[in-house]
This record gives sequence, structure tokens and C-alpha cells, in this order.
Amino acid sequence: MIDLARYQDPLVIQRVLHTARTIAIVGLSPNELRASYFVGYYLKRHGYRVIPVNPRESEILGEKSYASLLDIPEPVDVVDVFRAPSALPGIAREAVAIRAGALWCQYGVINAEGAQIAEDGGVPVIMDRCLKVEHARYAGRMHWLGFNTERVTSVRSGLQ
Amino acid sequence: MTDKLPRAEEARAFGFETRQLHAGQRPDPNTGARAVPIFQTTSYVFEDPESAAAYFNLQEYGNTYSRIMNPTVAVFEERVANLEGGAGAVAFASGIAAQAAALFTLLQPGDHVVSSTALYGGTVNQLKHFLRKMNIDLTWVDPDNPDAWEQAIRPNTKAFFGETIGNPAGNVLDIETLAALAHSRELPLIVDNTFATPYLCRPIEWGADIVIHSATKFMGGHGTSIGGVVVEAGTFNWSNGRFPVVADPSPAYHGLQFHETFGTYGYLMKLRAETLRDLGAAMSPFNAFLFLQGLETLSLRMERHVENARAVAAFLEAHELASNVTYPGLPASKYRTLVDKYLPRGTGAVFSFDCAGGRAGGQDLIRGVTLWSHLANVGDAKSLIIHPASTTHRQLSDDELRAAGVGPGTVRLSVGTESVEDLIWDLQQGFALVAATAEQKVATA
Repeated sequence: MIDLARYQDPLVIQRVLHTARTIAIVGLSPNELRASYFVGYYLKRHGYRVIPVNPRESEILGEKSYASLLDIPEPVDVVDVFRAPSALPGIAREAVAIRAGALWCQYGVINAEGAQIAEDGGVPVIMDRCLKVEHARYAGRMHWLGFNTERVTSVRSGLQ
Repeated sequence: MTDKLPRAEEARAFGFETRQLHAGQRPDPNTGARAVPIFQTTSYVFEDPESAAAYFNLQEYGNTYSRIMNPTVAVFEERVANLEGGAGAVAFASGIAAQAAALFTLLQPGDHVVSSTALYGGTVNQLKHFLRKMNIDLTWVDPDNPDAWEQAIRPNTKAFFGETIGNPAGNVLDIETLAALAHSRELPLIVDNTFATPYLCRPIEWGADIVIHSATKFMGGHGTSIGGVVVEAGTFNWSNGRFPVVADPSPAYHGLQFHETFGTYGYLMKLRAETLRDLGAAMSPFNAFLFLQGLETLSLRMERHVENARAVAAFLEAHELASNVTYPGLPASKYRTLVDKYLPRGTGAVFSFDCAGGRAGGQDLIRGVTLWSHLANVGDAKSLIIHPASTTHRQLSDDELRAAGVGPGTVRLSVGTESVEDLIWDLQQGFALVAATAEQKVATA
């Protein structure tokens, strides 16, 4: 049984959100109605550089799509995974190989072996969390639609 | 993406009293306003055409039109969601509107609902008559009998429905048992938690999937505003094949599959972006502000409501002209085990009793009191009294009245936060009139 709480530390999540610039989305769909497209669109809108990783496409969201993480010719801060859990070990190996800043596994992308590979390779792991939701929770406008951000703070800060 | 890193927020399980003051609100980023600003606006200026499109496509969390979302209402929604432990909430113009919306989001014509009989009369009307107009069938069951719930399930059943504390008979719902039964048949459990409030009971912690409130009552707490809210846990699998209206591509939203795309937030997104949009029963920002004022003192008021209700119930239990006191917090209540489990802090402040003398006795009691307000509401800081058979439950047949636990002499109380000795003094005035009228009748007979 995998201890998911280990991979859902709010401090790690906030650090990744606030320091990342480039996010490679593995399994990004060109279909506007798919969750991965919603996430990619949102992240791009909020100023992140989004790099699609999908061997079946040449371009998604106006960005060149790569067949694998190994093909990306620039540093990647976050590898965001929208693939079947069984694909995670292979993706984790590639994330370690390209020295990605973090491996982010979306809702349901749960695989203990993949998490272990990334951690052993020095890549922090976030699992069973949505990158868009976490951004909207800590920096965005999720609270405008009545969702429970679980935040309690009296600090005055900005809004994206 | 920000250049200056904000101070990281640690994960902390803040207490209820902290969250009833803070959850859902951060100081306004533009002005620093500490109180929740009342955004009394119908609409919102878009930054550019791309942003507008992103809001309408639900690709970005953005304000478009106050029938669908409003920043003041959103604070109320998030605060309630937080206090109930849900994924989110959507507010409505009334509790009845909230209930209709919660049901319409998951039902379609030909579906069936299993419901407790021990409900507010207005809810009975909605479930029985209004849903039938939509060709949705209903089976009433004894809320205290889990076997009855199970036997009522049909292939087209889509939900279980009940009240945490039944109005006005004080039935306590066995939430955990009913949630387990519902989930074993791939159904959601919907609970109206109005009488308990999240301070006394949080149904989601016991497995409920959807929680409904009339915010008009204890949440607002001061009898100023009508409103309602729906909270969803975010954990029910709406893609289990039984809920095509939630899971299938939506013709009302360019083919979007709400549950697949938004996951945890799928039902709530649909509830807002389709049901609220199309029903139009939005909560006003000013009402949301008043409800937020109420929520800030929810725990304090509920403690006092419970304390006073216990004393009034004990007084009635000992009074010769009162019988069948339905306060589940009484030591002799048949719900004692369920109360200990689900309502350890108290069983609210609304209950009923039967006044001697039947219909005339109940009416005399109401004529005799001068401090209790005779009106059709509950959950006000002021104490309220009503005779259900001639008011709130008037449209019900005798059988339905009996099933709802209402007799001809039944009087419903909503115990407020006044000095409790004054409340008891006033009831004594009422009983004096009941006794005097009864004596007069004997004398003239």
C-alpha cells in the first residue's frame, strides 16, 4: 500500500508551483474537452512554458510536441503525467535522465515503483494531485467558484 | 507564477471556531478590507476576449455573471464547504432551490428516489408533487428502518434522501448505515443537515455524498435572509454507469463530460455551470454577507441553542399538559444511541410536542404566549412557535402527517438564545390558557 500523504506535502507543492517555469505534460491530449488540455491551457495562461509530450501529435496548444521527455532540448522544471499508472516507471526513468525538477502525477496516476525510481534519482514526487487545482488553490482563483481550498490565512496577497 | 515567493502555508488542521471566521476569505487583495466586501454587481469586466472565452469554457476560474457566481457568495460557499468537509459548495436563493438543484443535477425523467418520511412539509411537497411533474418517482420509507430503504431500491433508483434531524419529529438519521447501504448499490446519500448545522454533525464524515442546507435557519441565525446551499463530498463515482446526466457528454455544455474532466469537482461544476445557470435561483450578495455574519458565531449560538433547548424539553417532559416531546437530546429518547454517535454536542433546538386538547389545545397554547413568536420559520436567535397541522404541514394528508410525526395538537418549537427562564415562564402562560379553556369547556358541557 502506497503512502500517498508522503507525496502530497503542501510545502513541496507550493515550492514547485512558485519556482517552476517549464512544465512538460506527458500524455497531453489535443482534444479541448480532455482534462489534460484544460490543465495545459490553464498553465500556459498563467505564464508557465508548457511542452507537450505526445508521440502522436506534432503540435498541441501551439507548442511543438515531443515523442518523449528525452527529446526535449531544454531544461524541464516539472514533468506532469497524464498517463496510465503502469507507464509511470518508464516516465520516471526519463525524468531522472533529464534531471527534471519534479515529477507530478495527476489524479489516479499512482504507481509506487515509479515514485521510487524518481526519488532514488533525486527527483521529488507529487502524486494523485492536479497541478491546475493546486495552482488555483494557492495562487489562483479556485475560491471564486466556491471550492474548498482548505486555506486559512489573514495575509494580504495578490491574485493571479 | 510569481517572482516574489509568498510565505508557504503549512498544512494545519484548523479548529472549527477558527474556520467559521476565516475559511473562504482572504483579505481583499485590492483594498485590504478585513470584512468580506459585498460585491453588489451583476457582471464583471473581462480583461480581454481570450479571458472571457476561457471563463465561459470553464478553462479558467473567472467571474462572468452573478446568476452563476459572485465573489461575496463564493466566500459563503467555500466557508460552508470547509465547515462540512466537502470539496465545494454552491449557494442558492433558498433551501428549497438548493434541494431542487441538487436533485436536478443527478436526476432525469424516469428516475426514482428513496426518501425518509420524516421531512419538512415543504420538502415533502417538492419531492412528491414537483418531482412527479418531472416524471421522477418516489418511495417513502420509515427513516429508522434500514431494511425499508433497501427494499425500496429499484433499478432506476438514483438517490437516498433524509434529514439529519427530522422536522419536526426529531428522528435522527443513521447516516453511516444508510451511506454504506447506498454505496453498496452505487447510489449517493443526500442529507439535509439544516437542523444540526456542521457544528453539531458533519454528514460527509459519516459517508454522505451531498449535504443540503437551508441557510435561512441556524447558519444565518437571525431570521433576516432566505438562502440555501449544496455541499458535495467530491468522492462519489458519478461515472459508474448509473448517472448519464452527470457523466455523459453534456449537450448543454458543448459535449463536456463533467465528471471525467473535472473529477472531484465534476458534480459541483455541473451544479453551478448548468443547473444554477438554468434554474436561475442565485443567492444575492447581500444575503451571502448576512449569512457570513451568522456563520462567524455559529458554534457560540448553537451551544446556547442546545443548552436552552435541553432545559425547555425537560420542562415540557415534566408538564402534565405536554406529551410526546420529540427532542432527541432527552435522556429517554429512542434515538439515544444515534445521538451519542452523530450528535454528541447536542441535537439542535427544534422539536415538537403534543399539547393536551388536540388541535384547539395547540392553538390555545400559541394564543397564550407573548414572548415566543408565532411564525413559520426555525433557527432564529429568537424563540419561535408554530402549529404544523394548520401551517407548515397543512397540505399533507392525515396519513402523511402521521408519517411525519405530526398530530392535531402537535406544536413545534425553535428554541432561541433568550434567558431560558423567560422562555419557560412564557410557556407556562400558554399552558395556563390551555387549562383555563379546557375547564371552561367542562363547565359549559
